[in-house]
Formats: sequence, structure tokens, C-alpha cells
Amino acid sequence: MSTASLPLSPRRRRFLPFLFGGPALLGLTLFLVLPFLMALGLTFTDQRLVSPEPGSVVGLRNYERLLSVSYLVQTPQPDAAGQPTYTRLRAITRTDPAYRGYRPLTQFYLGQRRVTILAKDPAFLQALGNTFLFALLVVPLQCALALALALLVNAGLKGQTVFRAIYFSPVVMSMVIVSVVWAFLFDKDLGLFNQALSAISFGLFKPIDWLGNSSAAMPAVVIMSAWQGAGFQMLILLAGLQGISQELYDAARIDGANPWQRFRYITLPGLRHTITFVLIVTTIAALGLFTQVDVMTGGGPRGATTTVMFEAVQRGVREENISYGATISVVYFVLITLVILLQQMLGRRRAKVV
Amino acid sequence: MSPSQRKSVPLRFALYALMAALALVFLFPFLFMVASSFKTNDAIFADLESIRALLPVGALTADNYVHAFERGNIGHYMFNSVLVTVITVGLGLVVNSMAAFSLARMEWRGKQAVLTLLVILLVVPFEAISVPLMLLVSKLPGLAFDGSALVWTRSWLDTLYVQIIPFIANAFSIFLFYQFFRDIPKDFDEAAYVDGATPFQVYRHVIVPSSLPVFATVTILQALAMWNQYLWPLITVPGESARPLMVGMQQFFGARRTAWGEVMAYAALITVPVLIAFIFFQRWFVRSVIGSGVKG
Repeated sequence: MSTASLPLSPRRRRFLPFLFGGPALLGLTLFLVLPFLMALGLTFTDQRLVSPEPGSVVGLRNYERLLSVSYLVQTPQPDAAGQPTYTRLRAITRTDPAYRGYRPLTQFYLGQRRVTILAKDPAFLQALGNTFLFALLVVPLQCALALALALLVNAGLKGQTVFRAIYFSPVVMSMVIVSVVWAFLFDKDLGLFNQALSAISFGLFKPIDWLGNSSAAMPAVVIMSAWQGAGFQMLILLAGLQGISQELYDAARIDGANPWQRFRYITLPGLRHTITFVLIVTTIAALGLFTQVDVMTGGGPRGATTTVMFEAVQRGVREENISYGATISVVYFVLITLVILLQQMLGRRRAKVV
Repeated sequence: MSPSQRKSVPLRFALYALMAALALVFLFPFLFMVASSFKTNDAIFADLESIRALLPVGALTADNYVHAFERGNIGHYMFNSVLVTVITVGLGLVVNSMAAFSLARMEWRGKQAVLTLLVILLVVPFEAISVPLMLLVSKLPGLAFDGSALVWTRSWLDTLYVQIIPFIANAFSIFLFYQFFRDIPKDFDEAAYVDGATPFQVYRHVIVPSSLPVFATVTILQALAMWNQYLWPLITVPGESARPLMVGMQQFFGARRTAWGEVMAYAALITVPVLIAFIFFQRWFVRSVIGSGVKG
């Protein structure tokens, strides 16, 4: 190391690294570390966004409200006409201290008995469920599509760089623009999406209102997101493919391995680290879902496309309950950390980053 | 799937057909957007039944573009977005590369701890801190120009600099620079130091000139991220004067959902410059993405 030959006094020498690194480290501390610590602190208060008064300390109340879940099993009582009836939930949550503050999340029947899952914040739990559903659908779809694209543009055909550029182009488009254009494509009567599906299926497919139907809205967001992002994973997988030694394929061919066997026993193992990395990156991005639903559906219909980040912004900023929004952010961060740890364990990948 | 293997003609034909079909899937929303932006609403709806929907045919008009400027205020928003992107990326290149220089080429106490912290910060998604960061900047004293003089304000909200300052320092950029600088042979700077160069001269005349690829990578990744920002300006810039393009687009879309031609013209105006840059610098874009992934 050349420090010894620096023509500077020892004091200046010690000072210099901070001159170089100071601005960036200050920025990171002020706008990344500090807000994160602030978020932790805020979650124990009832601070509002625009309020002259400082919030007061409320302990774990935000977390309790966010995460409280309970259930209620009701057996029916026959009414005057002999029909089974159940005590109204409203009456129970109002009088029974064990259920105070709870609202129904979902309901199902076990024989005659009616089971109700209740939560203090059903909207958040629905958003949490939606976020996981989105990740569960989009990660395999997007990564499989990306792998297929990577294999295609790595097949050694002429013009593959042109196709590579085309498949990648949606990545450089803004998610807002993509969402707006696809909102039109998803339109029930005018959208090309319905028309294409009914053309492919020779009219068997009946047009649906993709963004207005609570069971179709999330799949619509999934399809669009995979389309927009797959090019990114394609490039990373492509780099992984090009790192696999050609000799392995040649040797396998001499041994009479068919294309599937070569893919299964050379390509996939050779891509293991790349695939793990791609899965982690895609999952983190998926759990942060916000822009698409904010632009296309506004969280609807009936909360079918709300997400954790959407709720954080909704509560923290739009309803100005910043301490509650911060609590959602902290829960989100814990979630991300758990997912990364889990995938690291499953992939058994030793990250050599520094 | 080997590049060296000769493929039979039918197989090649099948692969090309598959690639072309996929290319259409990836291009058609873009083609639809551009084609529709030159049509009246009636023409868009009339063309939907056929391939004409993707082609700029029929009675074409530039009215949608005129309206996007007049009603959508797109010129002003574009100015804001360009300013925010250029300043953030420019300052970020200097600040982050210098920080990486001190990490990769200087010895100081606590360096290892800072590197470890940097790696932890890499995985913190911006979304997780956006809400508390918004509270922080809403309480920071700022400066504003009230028409005649600079005055102190009580928050950073609704300004251009709230979209710039928090994003100049970037853990990922520092990390990319650090990896690149670390691999430059040390002989270069040692020779310069022997000749009496200062560390800044070494940074400026030895390290920066031999690191142009990583500067290009960071520029592309950061510029795309800044240009496409949505969540942050949505929550920190409620007013019109500092509004960037993406928030402007969302507002325009919400207000004029029925005027699809105008919405598509607005979308095309935002997208086409980026796509042109992408076509010209394609090789660099590809290298940036791969560089951002492979080593991470």
C-alpha cells in the first residue's frame, strides 16, 4: 500500500479519507440509516404527519393493532321458523371484551358451525396476503420466462442481439407508463388482451373485466409485471449461461446425452448460483409492489390488490398516521430480511461480497 | 443448446418463429402506444379489431401531442425530471466514486466496519424507509424562492431538491465503484505518488480515466432509477411546480382516462427518449445490468 509514500503530514493523511468518503457517508447516514432508526422509534408513538404536537409514547399498541388475529366459532341457533341463525358479529365485537376492536377478515363453515377469522386491522392482513400471493405468482412466472428467453437468445442463431434488445426493452420503460398502457389493454370491451385471448381460443374465452374483477385483478398485475421485468433477469441468466464451459456440453454430446439431459444435468447445475441470485432479487422487488397497483387499480376492487407498501403509503401519508405507516414499514423490512435469510439457507449460497 | 452445434433447418425455423412471436408480445404494447398516440379516440376504437391497432395508419393527427403539452403541462414536468435526473446522477458520480476511492485505495481505521455496513444497506429496499424519510424531510428547514428573494421554509416538501439530495449518496453505486477500483493494479497509483502526486490527483488522473466502464454503468442505472421515480415524488411533491413526469403522467391518466389518444401521446413522449438512448447505448445498458447482477 502506498500510504507510506504519501507526501503529506500524518494529520492530513488521517483526515483525507474522510474528505473523500465523508459526503457519501453523511448522505447515507442522514437519508438511509437515520430514517430507519427513526422508523423504529416512531412505531412506539402515535405521531401524526402534520401535527404541531409531538406524539406520545404508546408502547406496542401499533404492532398490536397491526398484527392481532383471532377466531370465533359459532354454533347455529334455530330461529322461530327453524332456520339456523348466528349471533351477529357486530353484537359480539361490541360486548365481548375478548373481541373488542376486532373486525371480520374472512369467514367459512365447518359443517353447521361458522368460523370467523377476525383481526384488528383486516385491511393490512389482506394486503399482506395479497403481497405474498403476488410474489408467489410472479417470481416463478417471471424467472421461468426469463430463463426461456435467455436460452433462446443463447442458442447461437443470427440476429439474437436484436431479439435480446427487444425482450429487454420493457425494462427501460417506466412502470407508470407500462401500467397506463396495460390498463387500456386490460379493458373489458376495448382491450386487446381479451380480444387476443378469444382469438387464440376460437371464441371460447369470454371477455372479463380484468382490473374490475376482484379475482382477476391480481393475475392481471402479475402478467404485466412479469412482462415488464423478465428482460432484466434474462440478461443476468444469460451471463450465467455464458459462464458454463462449452466442453461440458461437448463431452455430454459424445456420451449421447439428449438436449433435455444436457439442460437438466449441465445447464441447471451450472446456473445454480445465478438462479438463486435472480430469485432473491425478484422476490425482494415483488414484495415491494406499489407502482402498478397505485396506477392501475388503486388497491381495488374491494382491496383485492392492496399491498404492504400500498398500505404503508395509504396509512402513513394519505391518512397522515405516520407512526402507523412506519410500523408497516418495519414489518415489511423484517419480512424482507426473513425472505433473504430463508433463500440464503435454501440456496446454500456463500455470498462473497466484500 | 450449444452455440457451436449446427442446427437443422426445421429446428432453426421453429426457433426463429418462437423468437419472433415473443418479440411481438414484448413490442405490441409499445407499438400500440405509439400508433394510438397519432389517432383520434374514434379511430383508436375502430382499429382495435385488427392489426391496424398496432400500425400508424388511417387519418393521423398530431392533436394529441398538442393537447399533452397544453392540458398536461408535460413541458414543465419534463424540465423538472431532466433537472432532477442530471443533477442527481452528476453529483452522485463524484461523491460515490470518491467514497469508493477512499474505501478501495486508502487505509483508515473503521474501513472494514463501513464496508460491512455498506453491504447491509445494499439490501434495504427504498420502499422500507420512504415513509419515515418523508417525515424527516417534512421537518428539515429548507430554502425557497418566493418570487423576489430566497426565504427559509419549514420543510423540504414540494421542492426539486427533496427529489435530489437524498439520492446523491447511493450504497449500490459506491459498491460498484469499489469493486472496480479494487481491481485496478496498485502500481499505477504508487508510481504517481512517487512522482509527488496528491491523492486527489491520483483519483482524478489515474483512477477515473481507467474506470470509464463503471462510470457508464452507474450513470445508466442511476439515470433510469431517477427518471422513473414514482413513489417518492408522489408522497413528497404534492404541488405542480416541482412535479416530475411520472407523477404528472399518473395525474393526467386519472383525469383524462377517456381521452386515450392524449394519454398515449403523453406516454410516448416520456418513453421514446429513453428508448432512443437505449438503442444507441444498448451495449452499455446490457453491460450495466450484467455488472449489477453477476458480482452482487
